[in-house]
This record gives sequence, structure tokens and C-alpha cells, in this order.
Amino acid sequence: MSIQDAGHVDDQAKVAFFNDPKVRSWAYQIILVLFLGWVIWSIRENVSANLEAQNIATGWGFLGTTAGFSILQKLVFYTEASSYGRALWIGLLNTFLIAFLGVIFATILGFIIGIARLSSNWIVAKVAMVYIEVVRNLPLLLQIFFWYFAALRALPGKREKASFLDTIHLNITGLKMPAPVFGEGSSIVGIAVLAAIGGIFFLRRWAKKRQEEKGEQFPVFLTSLGLLFFLPLIAFFAAGQPIGLEHPVFSETGPMIRRGFALNTGLSLSPEFIALFLALVTYTAAFIAEIVRAGIMAVDKGQSEASHALGVSNNFTLRLVVIPQAMRVIVPPLISQYLNLTKNSSLAVAIAYPDLVAVGGTILNQTGQAIEIVTLWMVIYLTISLSISMVMNWYNRSIALVGR
Amino acid sequence: MTVYDKNKVSFVRSEMVGESPPPLSEVGFVGWIRKNLFSSVSNSILTIVGFYLAYQIIYVLVNFSFIDAVWSGEDGTACRAPQAPGDGACWPFVGAYFDQFIYGRYTIAERWRVDLVYLIGAIGIAWLVIERAPKRPLVAVLMLTAFPLISFILLTGGNFDYSSNFLWTSLIVAAVILVAAFAIPTMTKSNPWPTMITVAVVLLILAGVLLLLSIDFGLPEVETSLWGGLLVTLVIAITGIVFSLPVGVILALGRQSNMPIVRIICVIFIEFWRGVPLITVLFMASVMLPLFMPKGIHVDNLLRAMIGVAFFASAYMAEVVRGGLQALPKGQYEGAQALGLSYWKMMGLIILPQALTLVIPAIVSTFIGLFKDTTLVSIVGLFDLLGQMASSLSDPKWSSPMTPHTGYLFVGAVFWIFCFAMSRYSVYMERKLDTGHG
Repeated sequence: MSIQDAGHVDDQAKVAFFNDPKVRSWAYQIILVLFLGWVIWSIRENVSANLEAQNIATGWGFLGTTAGFSILQKLVFYTEASSYGRALWIGLLNTFLIAFLGVIFATILGFIIGIARLSSNWIVAKVAMVYIEVVRNLPLLLQIFFWYFAALRALPGKREKASFLDTIHLNITGLKMPAPVFGEGSSIVGIAVLAAIGGIFFLRRWAKKRQEEKGEQFPVFLTSLGLLFFLPLIAFFAAGQPIGLEHPVFSETGPMIRRGFALNTGLSLSPEFIALFLALVTYTAAFIAEIVRAGIMAVDKGQSEASHALGVSNNFTLRLVVIPQAMRVIVPPLISQYLNLTKNSSLAVAIAYPDLVAVGGTILNQTGQAIEIVTLWMVIYLTISLSISMVMNWYNRSIALVGR
Repeated sequence: MTVYDKNKVSFVRSEMVGESPPPLSEVGFVGWIRKNLFSSVSNSILTIVGFYLAYQIIYVLVNFSFIDAVWSGEDGTACRAPQAPGDGACWPFVGAYFDQFIYGRYTIAERWRVDLVYLIGAIGIAWLVIERAPKRPLVAVLMLTAFPLISFILLTGGNFDYSSNFLWTSLIVAAVILVAAFAIPTMTKSNPWPTMITVAVVLLILAGVLLLLSIDFGLPEVETSLWGGLLVTLVIAITGIVFSLPVGVILALGRQSNMPIVRIICVIFIEFWRGVPLITVLFMASVMLPLFMPKGIHVDNLLRAMIGVAFFASAYMAEVVRGGLQALPKGQYEGAQALGLSYWKMMGLIILPQALTLVIPAIVSTFIGLFKDTTLVSIVGLFDLLGQMASSLSDPKWSSPMTPHTGYLFVGAVFWIFCFAMSRYSVYMERKLDTGHG
């Protein structure tokens, strides 16, 4: 055996150079690089020739020119006289707005449905299952169209309204709410909120330390809740009620054309926003529900049984044993659903909610700067995706089981 | 002390009492209801809420689509009429536009070609799904090779002309790469003939396909701008599926490769497509792709969308396949290598069959996602099923308050049937292929 082995080694030394795996692998890679180089070079050539033929100047100069179109929903100042760059910024903020609100509400709804799916109550489990199976198997765009072109059409007309507690109003022009007006001294309330959060942080540390030392528990949750509520409330009254509410103005009398909500009063959400929001939340919630279900089912029954056997209460078993283990399974796919929701918010363009893609599309049509706009889109979305996946990788590392 | 003889004493039982039946409230229908619906106060409340919700949904749906629905009419008058039974569906609208929903504006005299493609496709898929059907591997290969080719010729009309220089350059480059890729391994073999023959056969098949596409079958050309409805949806989805699986496998292997440059290129490619929304990819395909092409080359709209969707889907597929590759125990790789298998034999015979089986559910859900995503092409000016329906809503002849609802219900039902069937099939496959140790 050993002699043969030695002979074999000798053979390898004499192997022809093209049989050397290293040489081969580099040869393949060089061919690949050359090929890709050729593809990229020819695309470059073609692009510059085509742009020249169509008389389109490349470059980012267009971002400074006046946009000249209005945007219905804007979080910060914007007029038709603002620049294209400003318009894109408005679009990006709108993307963040829908993504942020969508993520929060989709998580809540998704958890509720996911838990309902596992309920021992037959009808609740079945309703949750039907919801998941229907919503997951329909295209999101169809759902957005449905909410926007069919469901929202049933709302009261422009000159009427449906009100909830006389503060939140709904009609075909959107959802109107009172807007907070920050008067002088409102920063005190803000400071109080920050102080409450800081206080909670220290309270938790203190309570944990005390429990470790003396074994006594402190009602951290209730105290925190009280702190978060009462501290700003006291500050609010101490500063002389600096924050007021501006109600949307609705005129029911007068000439027909003047009836309805006055422009720029109160806080308003456009119907496009509402339709996109409802569609994204209900759609993503169905996926989150399945993730939650899988996560809870992944925790072995023996875990909660063992915990009960140790005399740990039901509540603490759930909080300290089941949920932490379920979260390890739930969080990574949950975050990728958040990412999907953010990317899916780009479907806004179909119903003209002014998000990044819709605004970019308008600019693209006006200026013809296809390459710049598409590049901008790609860079922004890639930045969002990559930063979220970095956070996810960090989280995965921090909760990964430490192998023995 | 008296000893009692138990046979003589009348009050001592001589045998066990039989089990009495469980109380009526614990078994059967009543027991089931008590256990599953009314086990506690909160559960009872939930049950009532649940039944109310279910009743509401079913009531609205049944009322809308059957009881209050309008079933006949030459135009929207019946649906608009105030005496119409209420908020019911306007089914004659779907009837009038049905052909458009299925074929788009495809030349009416040539629609038999679309029907034929649908028929072949349906038979092929049914053949593959039914397990007792004979020669399934052969049918699978035909469905992946001959079927796309036949469909392509039938749908477009074939009869291509290869006069453009660009096409020739690309073809020559492709042939050179193919030969080069096989030339290096061939040099190392003691008997190079089998490989050489393979290369020759592949080149011959390619030439044959090109020749076949240029033959005039007497089918009039139908421009893709006339295609629409379900036809476009299926064409984009199926090309996406057929393209994304092999490309996804290659990308996944590339990402796991030892060659640094190959790995980096694959990672960049995958992460790029996965990081951006499909709609921007479609915009890119529709506005940038024409700029990438040399002058005089026209890439038609449908092809642009297909390319965008295919690349996008491949990246997702690559990640799914990578999941399968990583889930396999290392012993499988080591075992294959210990047997002296080459890289491609190891992958093709040992690793991929197992890895792909592991991720069948994920592959199918990628397909479902792809199928649903085809609706996005309506944003870049193509008319898929949803786009076709949405555009027909603007017909004043049929406009009525309930026409949009009807249209969305119909399109939704079609998409739902396709997606639900796929997901059920994947659940079934998962159960069937589950070996029990994993």
C-alpha cells in the first residue's frame, strides 16, 4: 500500500500543466473575466453611440433643474419650483413612510393571524387559514388595484364624510386627522419623553441587579408604562399645554363647490396611500403569519413541559422559554419580509402614490435621463437591502446557538 | 373470624363492572363542539366572532357573485340599471371580454395556434403530474426543450431572418465559448472522442434549432404587441421558470465555488437582483436595454420584460438552491470525492439530486412568486391578464359601479387557482419525498 501511495505521489509531480487544477481554475476565471469585459465594453460602446444618436446628455446636472410637477403627498416642503433632486427626496421619504408604517402594522396583524392559525378554536384557526391561503395566492398588484379602484370607491364622496368620534374623518379624498401643532415650550414635553426612556433604561438595570442579589422582583413593566405616560403628561401641563390639535376644516354649507374638506388643514393621508398601505399590510401579514406559525411550532413541546416541571409559571414559561426560542426561528425570515414590503412598496407607481419609483418615473419621462434615474433607484434600494441584511447577519450571529 | 365464601355471599361482585360510556357531552358532535369551540368563556366569544366573520364573508361573496349578479346583457345597461338586484357582479362583462382575457388582441384567425400551445402544455403538465404515466423523464425533457421551441414557432410564426450582423457575432461568440469550455477537459483525456462528439452534437442541435426557426411554415407572423391576457402571463411565467432553474443552479454552484473570481461575480449578480424591486428591473429592461443594444437591433417589449423577469427569478432561485446545497451533510461531498467522481459528476449524480429534492417547496414558492409577479409587466406597457382586464375597464360601454369588482374577482380567481394548485402540489411532493430522516 505504502509503496503504491508513494508511486502515486510521484505521478502527480509529473502531471501535465493543463491537468493541474490550479492552472485550470485560473484559466477558466481568466476566460470568464475576458468574456464579461467584452460584454461590458460593447454595452458601453453601444450606450454612448445610442445616447449620441438620441441627443441625450449624460450626467447628474438635471437634478438641479426645476421639476415643474406637483406631488400630492409630501412630508417636507416641496413646490413645483423645487428641483428634481428635491422631488426624488420627497419620493424617498414617502417610500420610507409607507415602509415604516407598513412594517409595524403588518407585524401586528401577522402575529395575530399566525397565533389564530394555531388556535385550538376550530373556527378561528379555519378563518385564519382561509385568510392566509387566499391572500398569499393573489398577486399583490391585483390587491392594490382592488383596494384602490374597487374598495375605496365605496367611500363617501368629496362633499360628504364618515367620522369616527368626530376626530378622524374619511372620504374619497382620503383620511383626515387632527394635526399636532407644536407651540412654544413643547420641547419640554420632548425632553420629558427622552427622560422617561432614560429612566426606564436605568430602572431595568437596577431591577435586574436587585433580583440577582436579593431574588426580589420589581414590577418593571407597569412602572415603565406609568413613567412613559405620566412624565410627559406632567411636563405637558407644567409647560402650559404647548401642544395643540388642528382639526381639519369641513364645510357642509355654502356653495356646492366649496363644500368638503379645506385644503391643508389637519393631517391628511391620500387615498393612494391608504390603498397601498392596506394592500401591503394585509399581503405581508399573511406571510408573517406563516412565519410566526412555523416559529412557534419549531419550539419543542418538551421545552415548555420542562419549564412547567421546574415550577415556572405559565406566563414566565412563555416569556422566558418559548418566545426567545421561537424568535430565533422567526426573526430572520421576518426581516426579509420587511425587506420585501419595502421593495413591494415600489408598486405604488401603479396607482400614482408618489414614492421613489413613481417620482423617478415622472422625471424619467420628462428628461429622458434613463440611465441616471435607474442607477439612482438601484443604488438606493441596494443600500436599503444591504444595510438590512447586514443588521440581520449581525442579529443571527448574536443569537446563534453556541456549539459545544 | 368468619371466612366468607364469595360465591355464596350475594353482595360481593364476582366480575369487574364494564366501562360506562363517556358522558354524551364529551363524545360525538356535541363533544367536539365543546372541546373545539366552547371550551371556555373567551373561547366561546372567539367562536361567535369567528362564525360572524365567516358568515359575513361568505354572505357578501355569494350575494355578489350569484344572488345579486347580472347574468346576461348586450352591454352594461343591465348592470347600470337602478332596478338591478343591488351590488351584484356584472358577469356579461367578463363574457364579452373573455376572449381578450385569454388571447389579448392576437389575430382572431390565428388563435387556434394559441389553443394548440395551451393544449400541448396542459397535456404535458398533466403527464408529468400523474405518477402512473409512462416515460415521464422523456416527457420532462421534451417539455423543457421541444415544447418551448414548438410554442415559439407557433406563437410568433417562425420564419426568422438572420440578416443582422449582431446576431451572427453573438452566435459565433457563443460557439467559440462552447468549444473552449470543452476543449480544456478534452486535452486531458486519454480518449478525447466522446467529448468531441458531444460538442459536435450540441453544435449540430443548435444549428438545427436555428434552421428550424428560419423555415417558413406558412404561418403568418403575429407581432408580440398583439399578444395579451393569459397568454402573456403564461409566456412570461413559463420562460421565467424554464430559464431560472438551470441558471439558478449554475449561479448557486458558482457562489459555492473555490474559484474566487467566479464566486465574487456570482455573489454580485445574485445580490444585485435580489436587492432591487422587480418593477425597477422592468423599467431598466424597458428603457435601458434598448440603449445597450447596437444600432438597428430592436428588442421587442415582451422580450425585454421576459429578460428582466428571467434574470430576477434566477437570482432568487440561486439562493434557494444554495440553501439546499448547504443543508446537505458534508459527508455526501466527501463520499462522492472519495469515490473519485469528477466535480460535475459529483454535482450531477450525488449532490444536486438530493439538494434540489430538499428545496422543492422553496422552488415552488419561488415559481408562485414569479407567477404573481408577472402582473407587474402591465406597469411597463404590456397587457398581461391583469393589465388586459384593467384596460378593458375603461370601455364606456360596460362601465358600471360593479364592473371593476367583477373584473378583479375574475382575474383573482384565475390567479388564485394557478397559485393554489402549485402550492398544493408542492405540499404533496414534500410529503411524498419525505424520507423520514433528515
